[in-house]
Amino acid sequence: MQFGIFTVGDVTTDPTNGTTPTEAERIKAMVTIALKAEEVGLDVFAMGEHHNPPFVPSSPTTMLGYIAAKTDKLILSTSTTLITTNDPVKIAEDYAMLQHLADGRVDLMMGRGNTGPVYPWFGQDIRNGIALAIENYALVHRLWREDVVDWEGNFRTPLQGFTSTPRPLDGVPPFVWHGSIRSPEIAEQAAYYGDGFFANNIFWPKEHFMRLINLYRQRYAHYGHGTPEQAIVGLGGQVFMRKNSQDAVREFRPYFDKAPVYGNGPSLEDFTEQTPLTVGSPQEVIDRTLTFRESFGDYQRQLFLMDHAGLPLKTVLEQLDLLGEEVVPVLRKEFAARRAEGVAEAPTHAARVASRDAALVAG
Amino acid sequence: MTVIAVVSAGLSQPSSTRLLADRLAEAAGRHLAGPAENTEIRVIELRGLAVDIANNLVTGFPSPALKEALETVERADGLIAVTPIFTASYSGLFKSFFDVLDNTALQGTPVLIAATGGTARHSLALEHALRPMFTYLRAVVVPTAVYAASEDWGATSGDGLASRVDRAAGELAALLSGAPAKRPAEEKLIPFEQQLAALRPFTTG
Repeated sequence: MQFGIFTVGDVTTDPTNGTTPTEAERIKAMVTIALKAEEVGLDVFAMGEHHNPPFVPSSPTTMLGYIAAKTDKLILSTSTTLITTNDPVKIAEDYAMLQHLADGRVDLMMGRGNTGPVYPWFGQDIRNGIALAIENYALVHRLWREDVVDWEGNFRTPLQGFTSTPRPLDGVPPFVWHGSIRSPEIAEQAAYYGDGFFANNIFWPKEHFMRLINLYRQRYAHYGHGTPEQAIVGLGGQVFMRKNSQDAVREFRPYFDKAPVYGNGPSLEDFTEQTPLTVGSPQEVIDRTLTFRESFGDYQRQLFLMDHAGLPLKTVLEQLDLLGEEVVPVLRKEFAARRAEGVAEAPTHAARVASRDAALVAG
Repeated sequence: MTVIAVVSAGLSQPSSTRLLADRLAEAAGRHLAGPAENTEIRVIELRGLAVDIANNLVTGFPSPALKEALETVERADGLIAVTPIFTASYSGLFKSFFDVLDNTALQGTPVLIAATGGTARHSLALEHALRPMFTYLRAVVVPTAVYAASEDWGATSGDGLASRVDRAAGELAALLSGAPAKRPAEEKLIPFEQQLAALRPFTTG
């Protein structure tokens, strides 16, 4: 099982002192956070893609390429890559390029995005959101698997005799997750291809995601990729920790109360009860995270949101120390002890190359 | 068993909006054929859910109490929706509740609309605000909408409030008697091949 962090990349004023980082500071802070993730023993760093303020990460492969050069083990991923408004040809090219530079430490999560105007800004119509996700990914999937592609669709110019370069590292494309918070069509898409399904469950009650993940598992089996239990599931999480639970609550409350996504709404207490947000001691985070398995089954990737709502870099780095030193080692052990027989390992490039080679030998 | 959900957006306690809602519910039960125990009235007072509704607008998901109310409305065979008229239209609380309700929840559901206000001058708000809103939600709104101004509570019977309550309730009961029992909506799954195929007719090649 892989553990990591995902970042939205928001530039948010720290509500406790009124300071706002510059874009330059925020971008460098994201890099520092990624390097820290590797240092404390996390497996994955994933970043969002946005095309409007107050978010800085419009260009994920640029940042991930830079981080790749400064890390050795960290898997670099996205949360999410906009499959609707990016040119699928550029996605295929950019992430194959990144895959080579990072020696295979790359996967990505496709998503439709939640900012309406991004569609018209990139020449698309939001009413085609699902259709764009389906058609564009179908093209990416072919471009990574067929050396020469002839293609015609509804949303981009046709291709005749097109070869996407560079070809995927070792002939094995990056692993793909499909992220969705509400669309059964996307769970179905992930199941059809045997790709991963990432449910970013952090802002909503679990019952909703249990339905989506169950659907994905059933359909994964329906399409012959394995048993429902072998489907590849990723989940979000959101935590703030201090040694002492009361200190965590006291320190995080002003950030919670003014957070861009849920601020000025329910109380911290109600929100922690109704969503996976956990504010407390490392032990409380461990206990809460272990309950995810009870709700959703054995899963392969756990990403935490750690650096939003204006939290200062220093605080985020302290959080990562706690996560890496006190939480994740226990979670690795506890999840491993509970894991059912036959559950899939978390996807890595090396394992995918090995299973491709094994399939070739088996003929 | 016929279940009628009653949504009242009255703010004072007690409120004339709730009073009107109760009279409508009682009249609908009376009009429905069969013994009274075959009709269940489930009243939702939005006042008690005001903060939860605002929180749902902010977070995108309902609290457990609000979720229960939304499910009650969604599963009911019929709906009686009553709001005070504020500033020429339904109250913001009333509208916000239906904003957080799934926009397919009332599809085909018979709905009786009613409102209260200080004077009769605002009665057409029912026709220019509530009726189009429920039409958008693809509900079946009964022809008679009931408006109760302050003066109506002291009027003599005849063509007054009581007869309009009775007529509207009769219309709702008639629709409910003819309507097939409502089943919980099942999540529809479109197989992936079908999703892919749906994109093909538009290609030129």
